[in-house]
Amino acid sequence: MNSNWKAADAVELTGAIRRGEVSAATVTRDTLETIERENPSLNCFTQIAAETAILQAKSIDQTIADGRDPGVLSGVPFAVKNLFDVAGLTTLAGSKIHAENPPATRDATAISRLKQAGAILLGTLNMDEYAYGFVTENSHYGTTRNPRDRTRIAGGSSGGSAAAVAVGWVPFSLGSDTNGSIRVPAALCGVFGFKPTYGRLSRSGTMLFSSSLDCIGPFARSVRDIATIFDVLQGADPGDPVCTSRPPKLCLPDLDRGIEGLRIAVADGYFAQNAETEALDAVSAVSKALNVTRTVSIREAHRARAAAYIITASEGANLHLDNLRSRPQDFDPATRDRFLAGALIPASWYLQSQRFRQWFRDAVREIFQHVDIILAPTTPCVAPKIGQKTMKIGPREMLVRPNLGLFTQPLSFIGLPILSVPIFRPNSLPLGVQIIAAPYNDSLILQVACQLERQGILRAECSSGLRHG
Amino acid sequence: MNAETIYWHQFIEQMSNIIDLPIAPESEPGVVENLQNIAEVAALVTEFSLPESIELAPQFTP
Repeated sequence: MNSNWKAADAVELTGAIRRGEVSAATVTRDTLETIERENPSLNCFTQIAAETAILQAKSIDQTIADGRDPGVLSGVPFAVKNLFDVAGLTTLAGSKIHAENPPATRDATAISRLKQAGAILLGTLNMDEYAYGFVTENSHYGTTRNPRDRTRIAGGSSGGSAAAVAVGWVPFSLGSDTNGSIRVPAALCGVFGFKPTYGRLSRSGTMLFSSSLDCIGPFARSVRDIATIFDVLQGADPGDPVCTSRPPKLCLPDLDRGIEGLRIAVADGYFAQNAETEALDAVSAVSKALNVTRTVSIREAHRARAAAYIITASEGANLHLDNLRSRPQDFDPATRDRFLAGALIPASWYLQSQRFRQWFRDAVREIFQHVDIILAPTTPCVAPKIGQKTMKIGPREMLVRPNLGLFTQPLSFIGLPILSVPIFRPNSLPLGVQIIAAPYNDSLILQVACQLERQGILRAECSSGLRHG
Repeated sequence: MNAETIYWHQFIEQMSNIIDLPIAPESEPGVVENLQNIAEVAALVTEFSLPESIELAPQFTP
């Protein structure tokens, strides 16, 4: 395979390793060298676990040499948002405060499962402090730059996770999504980002933000990688009280089933307003490729976003209340004042938001009686410039930080599974389209994405500027 | 409710006392700005009439 593995997806890379075309140790060492050399230019990684990664890679090579099965992700390097516990490393969650904690004594459940499948953890990735943001402009650990244009943000809060995959340093990574923190950076960096059904994947061993909304999920450059990783991660876990005890529903075996019989519609109303034309054009490109002519209205989506906003601010503030009392000066100024305000929210606003959530869930359930898949833009525009405070969407000037999640927030509010897929246009920055399904229909989403990938509508190559190999 | 007509500084002073959350003077403008924003957003939720039968979303499973 020579050095072509550097642009390969996880499935292709593990195949090459299993066939002996390249060793896991070579892949690991070479990747670590690239990260060491190039990370200062993008600022994706915050901690690197070189020693344990090389040991694990050697163990994988030995397993293969012994003729044993090393797992479906054998030798594939990956990295995680720095809110995942990694044994031996302190879980930062993007904060200065948590940097004082002792190292974690065990890996998060998701990391354990990926390691059992043979994947090799290289380190942890930058994020907005405590996951509160869409920009990954972190006052403690710096800004993560977008590999497609280094003058622009990578998006957030899982910005390091999206950028590390987009630049090609790792074939996949993990992030977390509360209101869009996987989907927004995936769209802005031009990779796949999957937020599964709420409760489908264990969050045990991760630093939560707003528990009633938090999910974890993968970033990757191919649909088959997303399916493979998702399948590895599925399964009950008593360590996470919201993790489902439903048996896993594997996606990989159904990936090639196509879209025949699926009822697909484009979200109109709220999801067709407050966006740049190019963001809506991206949705049109996908709907055209799928021959979708139907539209669907998700009523009261603006209120759903509002309620998600209130719940997030309230739950997030409550989680950090002790530190907000005792050491507010140690928070990132960009998140501190938001948390402080969140701590003062009247209970009735929070409770009404949680009640509205049930109403909205029931309304969307009704929609899913008539359609299987809904398409919507991921962000209203391409990646803003680093430090940019406002953005102009049509005639309206709006703040960047709260509004990048305009289209993601109402959907995660009710726990829906959603994949943001990358759309590239000539001489333009990437955009994302959300493929949305009813709860626990995660596999339908990946079937649709697989079809689009086959048609050449979706692709997520390593960014050209820093591409290597 | 009009978020711009609320005396936010007084609200912050009283509420932060009640819940024992000191707010430094340099944070106050940012907290006021965020609270105004939250209040505007909250109005979208509170003005929406819900049937009494609608329960809270989080479910506790012992």
